[in-house]
Amino acid sequence: MNRKITDLWVGLFVLAGFGALLVLALKAGNLASFNFSETYQVLAKFDNIGGLKVRAPVKSAGVVVGRVAKVAFDDQEYQAVVTLALDKGFQFPKDTSAKILTSGLLGEQYIGLSPGGADAKLGAGDKIKSTSSAMVLEELIGKLVFDKAAEGKSESKDGK
Amino acid sequence: MTRLVRHLGHLVIDGVAKLGYAARLFSALLGASGTAFRRFRLVVAQVHFIGNFSLVIIIVSGLFVGFVLGLQGYNTLQRYGSEQALGLLVALSLVRELGPVITALLFAGRAGTSITAEIGLMKAGEQLSAMEMMAVSPVARVLAPRFWAGVIAMPMLAAMFSAVGVFGGYIVGVVLIGVDDGAFWSQMQNGVDWIEDVGNGVIKSLVFGVAVTFIAVFEGYDAMPTPEGVSHATTRTVVTSSLAVLALDFVLTALMFSGT
Repeated sequence: MNRKITDLWVGLFVLAGFGALLVLALKAGNLASFNFSETYQVLAKFDNIGGLKVRAPVKSAGVVVGRVAKVAFDDQEYQAVVTLALDKGFQFPKDTSAKILTSGLLGEQYIGLSPGGADAKLGAGDKIKSTSSAMVLEELIGKLVFDKAAEGKSESKDGK
Repeated sequence: MTRLVRHLGHLVIDGVAKLGYAARLFSALLGASGTAFRRFRLVVAQVHFIGNFSLVIIIVSGLFVGFVLGLQGYNTLQRYGSEQALGLLVALSLVRELGPVITALLFAGRAGTSITAEIGLMKAGEQLSAMEMMAVSPVARVLAPRFWAGVIAMPMLAAMFSAVGVFGGYIVGVVLIGVDDGAFWSQMQNGVDWIEDVGNGVIKSLVFGVAVTFIAVFEGYDAMPTPEGVSHATTRTVVTSSLAVLALDFVLTALMFSGT
Protein backbone atom coordinates (compact mmCIF):
# COMPACT_ATOMS: atom_id res chain seq x y z
CA MET A 1 0.00 0.00 0.00
CA ASN A 2 1.07 3.54 -0.64
CA ARG A 3 3.02 5.12 2.17
CA LYS A 4 0.90 8.23 2.29
CA ILE A 5 -2.33 6.28 2.52
CA THR A 6 -0.91 4.16 5.34
CA ASP A 7 0.10 7.31 7.21
CA LEU A 8 -3.36 8.78 6.70
CA TRP A 9 -5.09 5.71 8.07
CA VAL A 10 -2.78 5.43 11.05
CA GLY A 11 -3.31 9.11 11.76
CA LEU A 12 -7.06 8.62 11.63
CA PHE A 13 -6.74 5.59 13.90
CA VAL A 14 -4.79 7.51 16.52
CA LEU A 15 -7.19 10.46 16.28
CA ALA A 16 -10.16 8.12 16.74
CA GLY A 17 -8.45 6.62 19.80
CA PHE A 18 -7.88 9.98 21.43
CA GLY A 19 -11.36 11.09 20.39
CA ALA A 20 -12.84 8.07 22.14
CA LEU A 21 -10.86 8.88 25.28
CA LEU A 22 -12.05 12.46 25.18
CA VAL A 23 -15.65 11.37 24.74
CA LEU A 24 -15.29 9.03 27.71
CA ALA A 25 -13.76 11.74 29.88
CA LEU A 26 -16.23 14.44 28.88
CA LYS A 27 -19.47 12.64 28.20
CA ALA A 28 -19.19 9.68 30.57
CA GLY A 29 -16.77 11.14 33.11
CA ASN A 30 -16.80 14.31 35.14
CA LEU A 31 -14.06 16.20 33.32
CA ALA A 32 -16.58 18.78 32.08
CA SER A 33 -17.81 19.53 35.58
CA PHE A 34 -14.28 19.45 36.93
CA ASN A 35 -13.67 23.13 37.39
CA PHE A 36 -10.39 24.66 38.34
CA SER A 37 -12.14 27.73 39.73
CA GLU A 38 -10.83 28.97 43.04
CA THR A 39 -12.36 27.76 46.26
CA TYR A 40 -12.22 28.71 49.90
CA GLN A 41 -12.30 26.23 52.74
CA VAL A 42 -14.75 26.19 55.58
CA LEU A 43 -14.82 23.80 58.54
CA ALA A 44 -17.87 22.12 60.02
CA LYS A 45 -18.06 19.71 62.93
CA PHE A 46 -20.62 16.94 63.00
CA ASP A 47 -21.52 14.40 65.65
CA ASN A 48 -22.03 11.78 63.00
CA ILE A 49 -21.34 12.03 59.28
CA GLY A 50 -22.90 8.69 58.35
CA GLY A 51 -21.57 7.66 54.93
CA LEU A 52 -20.30 11.05 53.77
CA LYS A 53 -17.30 10.73 51.51
CA VAL A 54 -14.59 13.04 50.22
CA ARG A 55 -15.66 14.76 46.97
CA ALA A 56 -19.33 14.52 47.94
CA PRO A 57 -21.24 17.58 46.71
CA VAL A 58 -22.09 20.56 48.91
CA LYS A 59 -25.43 21.97 47.86
CA SER A 60 -27.40 25.03 48.70
CA ALA A 61 -31.01 25.15 47.54
CA GLY A 62 -30.19 22.05 45.52
CA VAL A 63 -27.39 23.66 43.50
CA VAL A 64 -23.86 22.33 43.83
CA VAL A 65 -21.71 25.10 45.36
CA GLY A 66 -18.69 23.08 46.43
CA ARG A 67 -17.26 19.72 47.39
CA VAL A 68 -16.17 17.96 50.55
CA ALA A 69 -12.40 18.36 50.62
CA LYS A 70 -11.43 16.41 53.72
CA VAL A 71 -12.96 14.32 56.47
CA ALA A 72 -11.04 14.04 59.73
CA PHE A 73 -11.68 13.00 63.33
CA ASP A 74 -11.19 15.31 66.29
CA ASP A 75 -10.18 13.19 69.29
CA GLN A 76 -10.67 16.08 71.74
CA GLU A 77 -14.37 16.50 71.19
CA TYR A 78 -14.93 13.14 69.47
CA GLN A 79 -16.50 14.78 66.47
CA ALA A 80 -15.99 14.53 62.74
CA VAL A 81 -14.33 17.58 61.20
CA VAL A 82 -15.39 18.07 57.60
CA THR A 83 -13.55 20.55 55.40
CA LEU A 84 -15.74 22.03 52.68
CA ALA A 85 -14.25 23.62 49.58
CA LEU A 86 -16.77 26.23 48.42
CA ASP A 87 -16.69 28.06 45.12
CA LYS A 88 -15.24 31.55 45.51
CA GLY A 89 -18.14 32.89 43.49
CA PHE A 90 -20.63 32.09 46.24
CA GLN A 91 -20.65 33.90 49.58
CA PHE A 92 -22.65 32.68 52.56
CA PRO A 93 -23.69 34.47 55.76
CA LYS A 94 -21.78 33.66 58.96
CA ASP A 95 -24.74 31.91 60.56
CA THR A 96 -25.26 29.45 57.73
CA SER A 97 -26.15 25.98 58.97
CA ALA A 98 -24.93 22.73 57.47
CA LYS A 99 -26.90 19.51 57.34
CA ILE A 100 -25.94 16.09 56.09
CA LEU A 101 -28.70 14.97 53.76
CA THR A 102 -29.35 11.95 51.62
CA SER A 103 -30.44 12.12 48.02
CA GLY A 104 -33.32 9.72 47.77
CA LEU A 105 -34.01 7.20 50.51
CA LEU A 106 -30.78 5.25 50.13
CA GLY A 107 -28.82 7.47 47.78
CA GLU A 108 -25.47 9.16 48.24
CA GLN A 109 -25.02 11.65 51.05
CA TYR A 110 -24.28 15.32 50.56
CA ILE A 111 -24.08 18.46 52.64
CA GLY A 112 -26.89 20.96 52.42
CA LEU A 113 -26.22 24.57 53.39
CA SER A 114 -29.09 26.75 54.52
CA PRO A 115 -28.06 30.40 54.74
CA GLY A 116 -28.93 32.47 57.78
CA GLY A 117 -29.60 36.19 58.02
CA ALA A 118 -26.31 37.63 59.27
CA ASP A 119 -24.58 40.39 57.32
CA ALA A 120 -21.03 39.07 57.86
CA LYS A 121 -19.93 36.50 55.34
CA LEU A 122 -18.10 33.21 55.82
CA GLY A 123 -14.42 33.49 54.95
CA ALA A 124 -11.60 31.00 54.44
CA GLY A 125 -10.96 28.91 57.56
CA ASP A 126 -14.20 29.89 59.28
CA LYS A 127 -16.26 27.36 61.14
CA ILE A 128 -19.92 26.64 60.53
CA LYS A 129 -21.44 26.58 64.02
CA SER A 130 -24.85 25.10 63.57
CA THR A 131 -24.70 21.63 62.09
CA SER A 132 -26.96 18.63 62.13
CA SER A 133 -25.76 15.10 61.72
CA ALA A 134 -26.54 12.45 59.21
CA MET A 135 -29.66 10.43 59.58
CA VAL A 136 -28.63 6.90 60.46
CA LEU A 137 -31.32 4.44 59.52
CA GLU A 138 -30.66 2.04 62.40
CA GLU A 139 -30.96 4.79 64.99
CA LEU A 140 -34.14 6.02 63.38
CA ILE A 141 -35.69 2.57 63.46
CA GLY A 142 -34.47 2.07 67.02
CA LYS A 143 -36.12 5.31 68.08
CA LEU A 144 -39.35 4.37 66.34
CA VAL A 145 -39.49 0.98 68.04
CA PHE A 146 -38.66 2.56 71.40
CA ASP A 147 -41.36 5.21 71.00
CA LYS A 148 -43.94 2.63 70.02
CA ALA A 149 -43.07 0.54 73.06
CA ALA A 150 -43.32 3.57 75.36
CA GLU A 151 -46.66 4.49 73.79
CA GLY A 152 -48.03 1.03 74.33
CA LYS A 153 -46.99 1.14 78.01
CA SER A 154 -48.64 4.49 78.69
CA GLU A 155 -51.82 3.36 76.94
CA SER A 156 -52.04 0.25 79.06
CA LYS A 157 -51.56 2.44 82.14
CA ASP A 158 -54.41 4.71 81.06
CA GLY A 159 -56.62 1.71 80.53
CA LYS A 160 -56.27 0.64 84.16
CA MET B 1 8.06 -43.67 39.39
CA THR B 2 11.50 -42.24 38.71
CA ARG B 3 10.34 -41.43 35.22
CA LEU B 4 7.46 -39.42 36.61
CA VAL B 5 9.73 -37.44 38.91
CA ARG B 6 12.22 -36.95 36.10
CA HIS B 7 9.42 -35.71 33.88
CA LEU B 8 8.37 -33.24 36.57
CA GLY B 9 11.92 -32.00 36.96
CA HIS B 10 12.25 -31.60 33.21
CA LEU B 11 9.02 -29.60 33.13
CA VAL B 12 10.17 -27.22 35.84
CA ILE B 13 13.62 -26.69 34.33
CA ASP B 14 12.04 -26.09 30.93
CA GLY B 15 9.62 -23.56 32.41
CA VAL B 16 12.33 -21.66 34.24
CA ALA B 17 14.56 -21.65 31.18
CA LYS B 18 11.74 -20.30 29.04
CA LEU B 19 10.97 -17.62 31.59
CA GLY B 20 14.61 -16.54 31.66
CA TYR B 21 14.74 -16.53 27.87
CA ALA B 22 11.58 -14.38 27.80
CA ALA B 23 13.05 -11.94 30.30
CA ARG B 24 16.26 -11.64 28.25
CA LEU B 25 14.26 -11.09 25.08
CA PHE B 26 12.20 -8.42 26.85
CA SER B 27 15.28 -6.49 27.91
CA ALA B 28 16.75 -6.90 24.42
CA LEU B 29 13.46 -5.56 23.00
CA LEU B 30 13.58 -2.51 25.24
CA GLY B 31 17.24 -2.01 24.35
CA ALA B 32 16.42 -2.21 20.64
CA SER B 33 13.42 0.11 20.83
CA GLY B 34 15.65 3.13 20.30
CA THR B 35 16.35 1.84 16.79
CA ALA B 36 12.66 1.15 16.27
CA PHE B 37 11.74 4.71 17.18
CA ARG B 38 14.45 6.15 14.98
CA ARG B 39 12.92 4.29 12.07
CA PHE B 40 9.40 5.18 13.14
CA ARG B 41 7.95 4.29 9.74
CA LEU B 42 8.32 0.62 10.63
CA VAL B 43 6.21 1.17 13.75
CA VAL B 44 3.63 3.17 11.80
CA ALA B 45 3.25 0.41 9.23
CA GLN B 46 2.68 -2.07 12.05
CA VAL B 47 0.16 0.18 13.81
CA HIS B 48 -1.71 0.23 10.53
CA PHE B 49 -1.65 -3.54 10.32
CA ILE B 50 -2.37 -4.23 14.00
CA GLY B 51 -4.62 -1.29 14.86
CA ASN B 52 -6.62 -0.31 11.82
CA PHE B 53 -7.41 -3.84 10.77
CA SER B 54 -8.66 -4.67 14.29
CA LEU B 55 -11.07 -1.74 14.29
CA VAL B 56 -14.06 -3.53 12.81
CA ILE B 57 -14.07 -6.41 15.28
CA ILE B 58 -13.46 -4.06 18.23
CA ILE B 59 -16.23 -1.63 17.32
CA VAL B 60 -18.79 -4.31 16.51
CA SER B 61 -18.03 -6.21 19.73
CA GLY B 62 -18.13 -2.99 21.75
CA LEU B 63 -21.54 -2.13 20.36
CA PHE B 64 -22.99 -5.53 21.17
CA VAL B 65 -21.44 -5.66 24.64
CA GLY B 66 -23.04 -2.26 25.25
CA PHE B 67 -26.41 -3.55 24.01
CA VAL B 68 -26.25 -6.55 26.33
CA LEU B 69 -25.15 -4.45 29.31
CA GLY B 70 -28.07 -2.11 28.66
CA LEU B 71 -30.59 -4.94 28.56
CA GLN B 72 -29.25 -6.92 31.51
CA GLY B 73 -28.58 -3.86 33.61
CA TYR B 74 -32.09 -2.57 33.04
CA ASN B 75 -33.59 -5.93 33.97
CA THR B 76 -31.82 -5.98 37.31
CA LEU B 77 -32.01 -2.29 38.15
CA GLN B 78 -35.71 -1.85 37.46
CA ARG B 79 -36.46 -4.35 40.23
CA TYR B 80 -35.12 -1.80 42.67
CA GLY B 81 -36.70 1.11 40.86
CA SER B 82 -33.30 2.61 40.06
CA GLU B 83 -33.17 2.23 36.29
CA GLN B 84 -31.77 5.76 36.09
CA ALA B 85 -28.48 4.31 37.30
CA LEU B 86 -28.26 2.32 34.05
CA GLY B 87 -25.87 4.84 32.51
CA LEU B 88 -23.59 4.62 35.52
CA LEU B 89 -23.62 0.84 35.46
CA VAL B 90 -22.87 0.61 31.75
CA ALA B 91 -20.12 3.24 31.82
CA LEU B 92 -18.37 1.96 34.94
CA SER B 93 -18.37 -1.67 33.90
CA LEU B 94 -17.09 -0.77 30.43
CA VAL B 95 -14.45 1.76 31.42
CA ARG B 96 -13.09 -0.16 34.38
CA GLU B 97 -13.28 -3.77 33.31
CA LEU B 98 -14.94 -4.89 30.13
CA GLY B 99 -13.32 -2.36 27.81
CA PRO B 100 -9.69 -3.20 28.58
CA VAL B 101 -10.24 -6.93 29.18
CA ILE B 102 -12.41 -7.83 26.19
CA THR B 103 -10.32 -5.64 23.92
CA ALA B 104 -7.19 -7.42 25.11
CA LEU B 105 -8.75 -10.85 24.55
CA LEU B 106 -9.95 -9.90 21.06
CA PHE B 107 -6.60 -8.26 20.39
CA ALA B 108 -4.78 -11.47 21.33
CA GLY B 109 -6.97 -13.41 18.91
CA ARG B 110 -6.93 -10.88 16.10
CA ALA B 111 -3.47 -9.31 16.20
CA GLY B 112 -1.41 -11.51 18.55
CA THR B 113 -1.87 -14.64 16.44
CA SER B 114 -0.90 -12.88 13.24
CA ILE B 115 2.24 -11.46 14.85
CA THR B 116 3.23 -14.90 16.14
CA ALA B 117 2.51 -16.60 12.84
CA GLU B 118 4.41 -13.98 10.85
CA ILE B 119 7.50 -14.07 13.04
CA GLY B 120 7.33 -17.87 13.32
CA LEU B 121 7.18 -18.25 9.55
CA MET B 122 10.04 -15.80 9.13
CA LYS B 123 12.04 -17.99 11.46
CA ALA B 124 10.97 -21.18 9.68
CA GLY B 125 11.91 -19.64 6.33
CA GLU B 126 15.29 -18.67 7.84
CA GLN B 127 14.65 -15.02 7.07
CA LEU B 128 15.65 -14.10 10.61
CA SER B 129 18.95 -15.98 10.24
CA ALA B 130 19.49 -14.26 6.90
CA MET B 131 19.05 -10.90 8.61
CA GLU B 132 21.60 -11.83 11.23
CA MET B 133 23.99 -12.79 8.43
CA MET B 134 23.60 -9.28 7.04
CA ALA B 135 24.33 -7.87 10.50
CA VAL B 136 20.75 -6.66 10.85
CA SER B 137 19.38 -7.46 14.26
CA PRO B 138 16.00 -9.16 13.86
CA VAL B 139 15.05 -8.00 17.35
CA ALA B 140 15.43 -4.36 16.33
CA ARG B 141 14.14 -4.73 12.76
CA VAL B 142 11.25 -7.19 13.17
CA LEU B 143 10.31 -7.63 16.83
CA ALA B 144 10.59 -4.13 18.31
CA PRO B 145 8.35 -2.32 15.77
CA ARG B 146 5.62 -4.95 16.20
CA PHE B 147 5.90 -4.76 19.98
CA TRP B 148 5.62 -0.98 20.11
CA ALA B 149 2.84 -0.91 17.55
CA GLY B 150 0.84 -3.27 19.75
CA VAL B 151 1.55 -1.20 22.85
CA ILE B 152 0.37 1.95 21.03
CA ALA B 153 -2.68 0.39 19.41
CA MET B 154 -4.10 -1.41 22.43
CA PRO B 155 -5.16 1.61 24.60
CA MET B 156 -6.67 3.28 21.52
CA LEU B 157 -8.71 0.19 20.73
CA ALA B 158 -9.81 -0.18 24.36
CA ALA B 159 -10.92 3.47 24.49
CA MET B 160 -12.91 3.04 21.29
CA PHE B 161 -14.44 -0.16 22.63
CA SER B 162 -15.61 1.60 25.80
CA ALA B 163 -16.92 4.65 23.95
CA VAL B 164 -18.85 2.55 21.45
CA GLY B 165 -20.11 0.35 24.30
CA VAL B 166 -21.48 3.34 26.19
CA PHE B 167 -23.20 4.40 23.00
CA GLY B 168 -24.64 0.87 22.64
CA GLY B 169 -25.95 1.03 26.19
CA TYR B 170 -27.51 4.40 25.37
CA ILE B 171 -29.25 2.98 22.29
CA VAL B 172 -30.80 0.10 24.21
CA GLY B 173 -31.45 1.95 27.47
CA VAL B 174 -32.69 5.31 26.29
CA VAL B 175 -33.82 4.85 22.69
CA LEU B 176 -35.40 1.39 22.92
CA ILE B 177 -36.44 0.95 26.57
CA GLY B 178 -37.06 4.59 27.41
CA VAL B 179 -34.88 5.34 30.43
CA ASP B 180 -34.79 9.08 30.99
CA ASP B 181 -32.16 10.66 28.76
CA GLY B 182 -30.97 13.30 31.23
CA ALA B 183 -30.76 10.92 34.18
CA PHE B 184 -28.81 8.40 32.09
CA TRP B 185 -26.03 10.87 31.37
CA SER B 186 -26.07 12.83 34.62
CA GLN B 187 -25.83 9.72 36.81
CA MET B 188 -22.98 8.56 34.61
CA GLN B 189 -21.16 11.86 34.90
CA ASN B 190 -21.67 11.99 38.66
CA GLY B 191 -20.32 8.49 39.19
CA VAL B 192 -17.47 8.18 36.71
CA ASP B 193 -14.29 9.95 37.68
CA TRP B 194 -12.06 10.85 34.78
CA ILE B 195 -8.82 10.04 36.60
CA GLU B 196 -9.94 7.27 38.91
CA ASP B 197 -11.99 5.36 36.34
CA VAL B 198 -11.10 6.48 32.82
CA GLY B 199 -7.41 6.96 33.67
CA ASN B 200 -7.09 3.61 35.41
CA GLY B 201 -8.82 1.96 32.46
CA VAL B 202 -6.18 3.42 30.17
CA ILE B 203 -3.39 2.17 32.44
CA LYS B 204 -4.97 -1.27 32.43
CA SER B 205 -5.20 -1.38 28.66
CA LEU B 206 -1.60 -0.22 28.37
CA VAL B 207 -0.42 -3.03 30.66
CA PHE B 208 -2.50 -5.55 28.70
CA GLY B 209 -1.07 -4.19 25.47
CA VAL B 210 2.49 -4.79 26.72
CA ALA B 211 1.61 -8.28 27.98
CA VAL B 212 -0.30 -9.50 24.93
CA THR B 213 2.08 -8.11 22.33
CA PHE B 214 5.15 -9.31 24.15
CA ILE B 215 3.73 -12.82 24.49
CA ALA B 216 2.86 -12.83 20.78
CA VAL B 217 6.32 -11.62 19.76
CA PHE B 218 8.05 -14.02 22.12
CA GLU B 219 6.08 -17.06 21.02
CA GLY B 220 6.82 -16.28 17.41
CA TYR B 221 10.51 -15.82 18.07
CA ASP B 222 10.64 -18.94 20.23
CA ALA B 223 8.64 -21.13 17.81
CA MET B 224 10.05 -24.37 16.44
CA PRO B 225 10.96 -23.55 12.83
CA THR B 226 8.50 -26.05 11.38
CA PRO B 227 4.88 -25.68 10.20
CA GLU B 228 3.80 -27.66 13.24
CA GLY B 229 5.89 -25.50 15.55
CA VAL B 230 4.33 -22.31 14.19
CA SER B 231 0.84 -23.67 14.67
CA HIS B 232 1.65 -24.66 18.27
CA ALA B 233 3.17 -21.25 18.92
CA THR B 234 0.04 -19.51 17.63
CA THR B 235 -2.15 -21.59 19.92
CA ARG B 236 0.13 -20.86 22.86
CA THR B 237 -0.09 -17.13 22.13
CA VAL B 238 -3.86 -17.11 22.51
CA VAL B 239 -3.90 -19.34 25.59
CA THR B 240 -1.04 -17.66 27.43
CA SER B 241 -2.05 -14.10 26.68
CA SER B 242 -5.70 -14.70 27.62
CA LEU B 243 -4.64 -16.18 30.95
CA ALA B 244 -2.11 -13.39 31.49
CA VAL B 245 -4.74 -10.73 30.77
CA LEU B 246 -7.25 -12.20 33.20
CA ALA B 247 -4.67 -12.70 35.95
CA LEU B 248 -3.20 -9.22 35.45
CA ASP B 249 -6.70 -7.77 35.48
CA PHE B 250 -7.31 -9.24 38.90
CA VAL B 251 -4.05 -7.88 40.25
CA LEU B 252 -4.60 -4.42 38.75
CA THR B 253 -8.19 -4.23 39.96
CA ALA B 254 -7.08 -5.19 43.45
CA LEU B 255 -4.43 -2.47 43.35
CA MET B 256 -6.61 0.24 41.83
CA PHE B 257 -10.10 -0.18 43.18
CA SER B 258 -9.82 -2.06 46.45
CA GLY B 259 -9.39 0.91 48.74
CA THR B 260 -12.01 3.63 49.02
